[in-house]
Amino acid sequence: MSSNKSIFINNNNSNILYILSVIVENKPGVLFRITNLFRSRNFNIESITVGITEKPDLSRMTITTKSDIRTLEQLVKQLKKTIDVIQVSVLDKENAVYRELALIKMNAKDPTTRIEIANFASIYRGNIMDISNETITVELIGTPDKIDAFKNLVSSYGIIQVARTGVSALPRGGITDEL
Amino acid sequence: MSEISGATALLTALEKEKVEYIFGLPGGANLPIYDALVDSNIRHILVRHEQSAAHMADGYARIKRKAGVCFATSGPGATNLVTGIATAYSDSSPIVAVTGQVALPMIGKDAFQEIDIIGIINPCTKYSFQPRQASEIPEAVKKSFYIAESGRPGPVLIDIPKDVQQQKAKIEFPDYIKVRGYSPNVDPDLSEINKACEMLLKAEKPIIMAGGGVILSGAFSELQTLAELLSIPVVSTFKGKGAFPENHQLSLGPIGMHGHAEANRMILEADCIVAIGARFSDRTVGRFDEFGKDINVIHFDIDPAEIGKNKSVNAAIIGDLKSSLRALIKMIPKTFRVNEEISKQWLNRKKELVSYYADSLKDYSREITAKKSLKKLREILPMDGIVTTEVGQCQMWTSLHFDVISPGTFFSSTGLGTMGFGFPASIGAKAARKDVTVVDIAGDGSFNMTENSLAVSVLEGLPVIVFLLNNFMLGMVAQWQRTFYNRRYSGVHLKNCPDYCKIAESYGAQGIRVQSMDELEKAIKTAIKSDVATVIDIPIDPNEDVYPFVAPGTGLKDMVTGA
Repeated sequence: MSSNKSIFINNNNSNILYILSVIVENKPGVLFRITNLFRSRNFNIESITVGITEKPDLSRMTITTKSDIRTLEQLVKQLKKTIDVIQVSVLDKENAVYRELALIKMNAKDPTTRIEIANFASIYRGNIMDISNETITVELIGTPDKIDAFKNLVSSYGIIQVARTGVSALPRGGITDEL
Repeated sequence: MSEISGATALLTALEKEKVEYIFGLPGGANLPIYDALVDSNIRHILVRHEQSAAHMADGYARIKRKAGVCFATSGPGATNLVTGIATAYSDSSPIVAVTGQVALPMIGKDAFQEIDIIGIINPCTKYSFQPRQASEIPEAVKKSFYIAESGRPGPVLIDIPKDVQQQKAKIEFPDYIKVRGYSPNVDPDLSEINKACEMLLKAEKPIIMAGGGVILSGAFSELQTLAELLSIPVVSTFKGKGAFPENHQLSLGPIGMHGHAEANRMILEADCIVAIGARFSDRTVGRFDEFGKDINVIHFDIDPAEIGKNKSVNAAIIGDLKSSLRALIKMIPKTFRVNEEISKQWLNRKKELVSYYADSLKDYSREITAKKSLKKLREILPMDGIVTTEVGQCQMWTSLHFDVISPGTFFSSTGLGTMGFGFPASIGAKAARKDVTVVDIAGDGSFNMTENSLAVSVLEGLPVIVFLLNNFMLGMVAQWQRTFYNRRYSGVHLKNCPDYCKIAESYGAQGIRVQSMDELEKAIKTAIKSDVATVIDIPIDPNEDVYPFVAPGTGLKDMVTGA
């Protein structure tokens, strides 16, 4: 996996957000093994997403974690040691596309509020997914920072519910998985 | 091809792996397997508790260097195995455990004796399987042995639902399997070996720290060649005890919490540490931040995840130790000569420390002490005799006072520290090597936990010696309470109960209580000749402590000698 080394972030600062792209066997029990590994080795994760890849027998997990470089190294090694894990890459934010989807439901009892929120949503390239007399639900796709920013912006209206998917990511350009 | 049941497929697959013994206990959910066992030529050893089955499989594996096999039923049978499997996992010992499970339609219904053993066992196995079809069983078995025995060995569990055991199908047995995502064989990186070689040749006070990996890999002669070639003193971890002959002039014995004082001292004075198949555990190195600080540390290991886990190192060689060490030895220029003067100084330091600590450690003057007993055992026991231990003071005294001469003839529950391990494990070891004497150096607290394996030893004709250092105490806990809790004893008095000689006799084994060193000598000789298990009950002073001692949270430099 030599090409993965080239996109390995070399930074000694602690608690940086890292994105791990992990190819695993698509079969029962794998997600359990991975999450249990994080718990038993005392690794913290920010988000985890799982979905099938271009090959039906493989899934891609995208894991985000805030940690220092030593902990990250251990995390990668422990993941690689896990038998159901086929490949682990650490993605650099600059050289990867990464996106998260969020659904945010807000109080919107009076019509002006609804218009204001709709305007904000359109600035953030979000979509209105549901609207009622009392609430408005916005769908937003972007980096976690962008979603956080939108949440801050609309917090004064009163956020009722939030559902976020966690980050999905792929390396940019010609970098492929070595499978 | 005719149809066979999943249970028969399991036994056939185990036969194909050349399994000699199955240590186990039947129950409701593995009845079909036990039925198929009647027609199998694999020998079944009926245990009295599933924990012992796992320990026996583990003891067998450590001596045979091949996976040991144990069986248990679902629910409590499976949970009873957990301690034994966790013990094997901590010490990288290959076992294949097969549990029965409730039938597939009952899974998740909280059925009688249902437990999610796959969920429970995950943190202490290399992998686990739950075949959903009888036809999946042979592949699961083949993969289990491959995973358990290759790379850094470890336990694997196969959980088979009862209806899958019963299901009849035309079943194929694969000759080859591939586990994607598992590549245990790594060729050592020559540039790292070169780096290590340069560090080592430059070092004036090098030291080798041999770990359990040397024993797992069988890299005994490679280790000895390297040490002798460059005149490097060798310390070991506790698990690495016996990786290097302890009567060798370069040997210093184990370091660690209860390591040899001279070894603990010597490694602090070294300018280059070569850790071979060792994982820098807290019990071995004390404080991670102090150990090997500001000097070159070279780490050989088969498991990449061990590199930098506890200790940052200056050179890391990943791969099987045998081939890595051979590559290193090959890289040492033929023209290279050790600087005699510098080397002599360093080896003299070893002699100085050995003689200094010979006089400055606390000693006890009673007729029978643990130390004297163990020295006597070494005197009489043949060099190829296999020794294991229970856990606690008996184990640490063994580390200190019993020299392992023939490489690979010693093992113990070093990682998990499981009381009750030694006796069943010694029975497993005896099954692996019937031609040699096997001794379990025990304490009363530990032996009490699995003493019912006496029935197994007697009935199955697997005689071992229980060398029982009996202080009527949970001695190690008592020692800590003496040392750190102002002698406020709490929950440590076992009060001379039971009578271990009578216990032995009631199982048809032999019990000998000794009151003098002469009696001890006679008892050991009798026990070696005996064709039934012998418990030698050796009453010792409950106040006898293990010294030296490195208190938890401190470094090796803070070692207490007790004197």
